Amino acid sequence: MSTLLSVKNMTHYFGGLRAVHGYNLNIAPKQITGLIGPNGAGKTTIFNLITGVYTPTEGEITLQDQSIKGLETNEIAAKGLGRTFQNLALWRHMNVLDHIKMAHYSQLNYGLFGAFFNTPACRRQEAKVAENAYRLMELFDIKQFADHLVVNLPYGAQRRVEMARAMATKPKVLFLDEPTAGMTPDELVRMIKIIKQVHQDFGVAIFLIEHRMKFVMELCQYIQTLVFGEIIAEGEPEDIQNNPKVIEAYLGKEDLT
Amino acid sequence: MELARKFKSAFSTVPVLGWMLGFFVAVLIEYYWGYDYISYYLGLPKIPVLFGTLIMLKDPLMIPGALAYDLVVYVLPVLAVGKLTEKLTNPLAALCETLPLALSVIIHLILFYGVLHLWAGINDYRVLVIKLTMISIILTISVNVINGYQGEFSCSHPGFMAIGAYVSSILTLLLFTNDKIFGDALLPQALGPWCFPIVLIIGGAAAAIGSLAVAIPSFRTRGDYLAIISLAFMFIVKSAVENLQVLGGARGMGGQPDFAPLWVIFVWTMLCIWIIHNFVSSILGKALNTVRDDEAASESMTIKTRKTKMSAFMFGAFWAGVAGGLFAHVLAYINPGMFSINRLAEILAMVYFGGLNSIVGSIVGAVSINILGEALRPLELFKWIIIPLILIFVMIFRPYGLISFKEINAKKLLRAKGKKGA
Repeated sequence: MSTLLSVKNMTHYFGGLRAVHGYNLNIAPKQITGLIGPNGAGKTTIFNLITGVYTPTEGEITLQDQSIKGLETNEIAAKGLGRTFQNLALWRHMNVLDHIKMAHYSQLNYGLFGAFFNTPACRRQEAKVAENAYRLMELFDIKQFADHLVVNLPYGAQRRVEMARAMATKPKVLFLDEPTAGMTPDELVRMIKIIKQVHQDFGVAIFLIEHRMKFVMELCQYIQTLVFGEIIAEGEPEDIQNNPKVIEAYLGKEDLT
Repeated sequence: MELARKFKSAFSTVPVLGWMLGFFVAVLIEYYWGYDYISYYLGLPKIPVLFGTLIMLKDPLMIPGALAYDLVVYVLPVLAVGKLTEKLTNPLAALCETLPLALSVIIHLILFYGVLHLWAGINDYRVLVIKLTMISIILTISVNVINGYQGEFSCSHPGFMAIGAYVSSILTLLLFTNDKIFGDALLPQALGPWCFPIVLIIGGAAAAIGSLAVAIPSFRTRGDYLAIISLAFMFIVKSAVENLQVLGGARGMGGQPDFAPLWVIFVWTMLCIWIIHNFVSSILGKALNTVRDDEAASESMTIKTRKTKMSAFMFGAFWAGVAGGLFAHVLAYINPGMFSINRLAEILAMVYFGGLNSIVGSIVGAVSINILGEALRPLELFKWIIIPLILIFVMIFRPYGLISFKEINAKKLLRAKGKKGA
């Protein structure tokens, strides 16, 4: 099986604190991988390390056999790692259409000069971006909000805006940081449907952090369990579900004396 | 209330073209009869310069006369001509609508400039006020790029302005005038006005390069810290100029040739509005907003935040430099004291009064603070109590300024309004 994104032996220290230790990951094209673990285990840190927010102390990260370690976040994003955030990171003074348009930034090449004088190249490229943005908004069912400010949208719609925005960067791997956090049951069902659809339509690989077991088991083909920055168990969903270590990490060990 | 609504709906069918025609007639009335008849019969000593505000504040007894003058010369003709000619101006506006937008805008601007030129030509003081107001517009919009669109609190604009003013002054004094310090003119004087745009651009570019001193620290700091760094930059520029005897030190530098008549400044202002409008409505320009609202998210969405910040600073500083160059050539004298904390307060007042993240807001802010400043001049020191009070009230009721987060829509502004429901 070929590998799209691979992380080898990644370790990261925040000062004296070892946040992640000896972490390995292989994501195949179109694979959905889940990362679970209790709060504070370092899941989001792993996302930030791979997407370049922090540079890992040790280890190697490669995307399609090219090293992406140490690049700037925007370069890594342009190479094909799109992400969403655990606490929505939307631009509060901008409308939905602009959000989706902005994520096409790396696909433009008209330069500052083009922007200043509104050259034909600039207009042509922006029209193309707008067209693509409307297509994405339709897919994520947010077209009716196109000129609304994001802060005025219902929570579920904001989540969808974030996903649409991440997809607009044309990612090869989509990183979803707790995509269902704070959602109502029917929003949850809708989200599962959307993720499945994105996976099918765009053929992206997905790497997601999630707490809801049902959701993870239903979507993921491969699951890793992280506790205190180390993987304690990984494998197919069935193996994880019945792994005593995982149950212990999540529920605590019953002390029978 | 009912009356006001009726009044508004009666005049909502008048297109911009109609208002300009009305203003044109008002200017003609003032030009031909203003001094000889109208102000004479109303007992005014001369034509009220800024709608009579100066006279009213100097001598309260003149208030009825000045108000009557405004009514007779401006309000009635503008309203009457605007309303009566709407049958004529609406088809004309409709005709303009069929032209490409750019052409229609240029036609409107030329007409507007013509009327403005006539109005200003009646009095030299008016010319100066309009020139300074337009320079303020450039300055305010350029600050808005950094403080509004990009959301940094930068205090360095007087510094950028000073760099632009001094660099362009040196160039014109060196090249086109016989100056005591810089010697004889190197180029024939007739070339001056033609080369002036290049001089201004060089001044702006120098300011842009200077802005890197603020832009690079801005990669790491935001908010208060950047404000302190940029404030420091402003004082560095000021002190440096004060201690350079070549530039005249604290005594200043005078004798700049008069290369900046009203139309030159008008063209530069419109150019500035056009280019900045293009920039901030393009995706590259909106990247400034994303950096302001959430920098981490922008990085993850492939936006090059460093490049964005740097281009915003350099772009803003460039226009401040151009404004400084124009300023120097309007006053024909500059000294370092002009580019200090007072100027900063004035610029920031215009930006925050008018509205963040909006070009229209900046224009409104620059015009109103400038005109207000001139109009309240007779109050002397009390001016500096009234203007800040107005600012405080704006901040309480509209924290982002009068007209924030709104963009110009030239098409909507200029369209014909005859049809119902338009």
